[in-house]
Amino acid sequence: MWVWIVCLLTAAPALAEPLCSKEVCDNYGYKVRISIKTALGDKAYEWNESEMFLFRATVAFAMRRYTSDETYNVSDIVVCNKTARVSFWFLVTSPANTAQLVPRGQVEAAVRLSRNRINSAFLLTDQTLQFVGILPTLAPPISYDTPPWLIVFGVVMGVVCAGIITLLLSTLLKRTRSKKNLLETEEEEDRRGSITANGRLCESLREKDPGRGHPDDVHLSKL
Amino acid sequence: MKLQIPNPGLEERIPSHAELEELEEVQARGRPQWDNKAQYMLTCVGFCVGLGNVWRFPYLCQSHGGGAFMIPFLLLLVLEGVPLLHLEFAIGQRLRKASVGVWRSINPYLVGVGISSTLVSYMVGMYYNTIIAWVMWYFFNSFQDPLPWSQCPVNENRTGLVSECARSSPVDYFWYRKTLNTSTKIEDSGGLQWWMVICLIAAWMVLWVCCIRGIETTGKAVYITSTLPYVVLTIFLIRGLTLKGSMNGIKFLFTPDLNELLNPATWLDAGAQVFYSFSLAFGGLISFSSYNSVHNNCEQDAVTISIINGFTSIYAAIVIYSIIGFRATERFDDCLSGNIVALLNAFHLPEGNITESNYNEVLQSLNSTSPEIIQALSLKTCDMQALLSQGVEGTGLAFIVFTEAITKMPISPLWAMLFFIMLFCLGLSTMFGSVEGVVMPLQDLNVFPKTWPKEALTGIVCLASFAIALIFTQRSGEYWLALFDSFAGSIPLLIIAFCEMIAVCYIYGIDRFNKDIEFMIGHKPNIFWQATWRVISPLIVLVIFLFYLVSTATKELTYIAWNPESDNFPMLETMFYPGWIYVIIFILSGVPALIIPLVAVYKYLWKSCCRSDNTHKKSISTVSFFTSEMLTLETSDR
Repeated sequence: MWVWIVCLLTAAPALAEPLCSKEVCDNYGYKVRISIKTALGDKAYEWNESEMFLFRATVAFAMRRYTSDETYNVSDIVVCNKTARVSFWFLVTSPANTAQLVPRGQVEAAVRLSRNRINSAFLLTDQTLQFVGILPTLAPPISYDTPPWLIVFGVVMGVVCAGIITLLLSTLLKRTRSKKNLLETEEEEDRRGSITANGRLCESLREKDPGRGHPDDVHLSKL
Repeated sequence: MKLQIPNPGLEERIPSHAELEELEEVQARGRPQWDNKAQYMLTCVGFCVGLGNVWRFPYLCQSHGGGAFMIPFLLLLVLEGVPLLHLEFAIGQRLRKASVGVWRSINPYLVGVGISSTLVSYMVGMYYNTIIAWVMWYFFNSFQDPLPWSQCPVNENRTGLVSECARSSPVDYFWYRKTLNTSTKIEDSGGLQWWMVICLIAAWMVLWVCCIRGIETTGKAVYITSTLPYVVLTIFLIRGLTLKGSMNGIKFLFTPDLNELLNPATWLDAGAQVFYSFSLAFGGLISFSSYNSVHNNCEQDAVTISIINGFTSIYAAIVIYSIIGFRATERFDDCLSGNIVALLNAFHLPEGNITESNYNEVLQSLNSTSPEIIQALSLKTCDMQALLSQGVEGTGLAFIVFTEAITKMPISPLWAMLFFIMLFCLGLSTMFGSVEGVVMPLQDLNVFPKTWPKEALTGIVCLASFAIALIFTQRSGEYWLALFDSFAGSIPLLIIAFCEMIAVCYIYGIDRFNKDIEFMIGHKPNIFWQATWRVISPLIVLVIFLFYLVSTATKELTYIAWNPESDNFPMLETMFYPGWIYVIIFILSGVPALIIPLVAVYKYLWKSCCRSDNTHKKSISTVSFFTSEMLTLETSDR
């Protein structure tokens, strides 16, 4: 019994080692880079084994969600080549057979599906919890029914057109009013029987400035 | 030695001092008048202070030795700007006509000068208002968060950003693709862009509503359009100074490099900037001052407006460079953190091991231990000086550099709105002068029947300008605008200004002009004015003109184009103009310049063939000046 346990204990790391070799990682694994300080600044937490456990659990959750296979467990996620950067490689083994590795494509699809959930578990973003090789799905652009600029344009044009119409109408009214005045004064002068254009000018000038003397004489002499 | 070209018949063409006094008292509602002095000053300040103060002067200042540029600028402001301004104010106030009328009164052979300045005002107004249309487009697009130029749009399958945008930058993409939808060369017209057409309609309608009754309406509009830019500049100054890195920009702007003073290009650029900044030779200033009372102190006005213009240029330069300093610092920080992340990733070092402070030492030590890895990373060189001197001018400053800086500020839509409304007001107040410089001479030339109301005149001018300005709404519109900017507003203005000075000093007569000014403001102009009007200012303008002529004629004419397919993308590609462009250039620069002698020759031929009618015409012209003033008095009574 003890011999079996010792054998298993010594064999376990030996079994794990080939998994973390370069060829296996390249074919089946993904590199993860985590930048907690960049994302959270002062509120950054320490990366330790418990956080690693959470990571493995979230990846297992992602696999469960994608494959709808509820047998995936934390032990199926293998992590290797950890560095101080906080970057590591991870592989996913099939729950039925620990020797069999889940193909890259499936892992990628699973991560993509649950990317948001994985990010929020760590309070990170697509850029700070980086899966090297898995492109983030970009948020759809905000689409408006009416582009906002057209609305502002409409408002401005409305104000301007209202201004133009007001000004043109006021000029028009002034003209018709002064035409009416002109007709009235013409009738009045026909009745009074006064002289010509210059005379009318004198009249209106005199009305404006009675104390001026005879400015009309000066003008007549010039002409 | 006072050189005086004989000028027969001058006395009959111009009102005498006694007649001016009469007109002053009688003329209550004859020619349009300013409601108060403030309106006149604000209108002139608005006309002079324009987009060039914001986006040309700071660039010149920084590229020609920073603080040292102040020396040629201020010197030429005093020797060239102020005298020319005083001359235009005085002659307009004395002869009480728009530009065509003024030159016709001085000598009928000089009508060409007036027509030329009208033509230049028209052409410059066309493209200037298109810039205002672009500003309005950006203003309309500022009412959303996030701003449309802050991020690249996503491509169809949502895997990445649009390629053109990813390779350049979101601001470049928004400007060249979303706004202009620019083609790759000027020959590719590409059709009219509907969003630009409606913005252009909006710009011309706003201008029309402000100019619809001449100075009656513009006088009210300038209370806002001339004062708002200063308010916004102050807000931006306060905002800018609180941003990180702004002092880097200001220090960079004003660091003097006295060696630049030995470079003749510095002096020429300073002279050209002073000249164009004062909006001289457009005819608008003459027209505005002709509405003044006869005894208005035009000397004081000229000095005041020059000081305000110079101060505004320097103030705007401080504000712009504080924001540019902030942008350069942000870019530098981004560049550095990108390099740091690359190093951390490559060497698997924990975060925080490399910071901005120890970056250089760490890089050196890593380079000594493993240079191949460093090579493979191809780290970018982050150079603050290079980023700061990426100082652009013109539309590049406003629509690319500054908009990028705004996206990095908190509450960006607010700053974007403020910035574009400032540019809008600056441009609009300059356009008032431009429209005035076209409408009033056309009235003087009796192109329109006298019975037509002012509204119709301004409407027709705006409509005609809009129709031709549709060229600028094509896909190749920006290249056309750059063409107009280089040729329509540069050489002809220098020729007109030179002719103005010669006409006033030597054809009208400097003696008569001095007496006029003594009559108007109470004292004779002193030795400074005499020297500058007669010798110094014409000489400076002549030198600048010759330099421009030589440099334009000798070099191969090129323009820069946005071509996503080019090798150096996102750098702009230098292209040669096609052959037929030279015809357009001739129309833009040559026609206004040639009109001056051609009209003189035409008048001479017409006079010599109709010599018998001359004496009759003389007596009629005596009568006609006075009756025309009286008739306006009568018609306004109605």
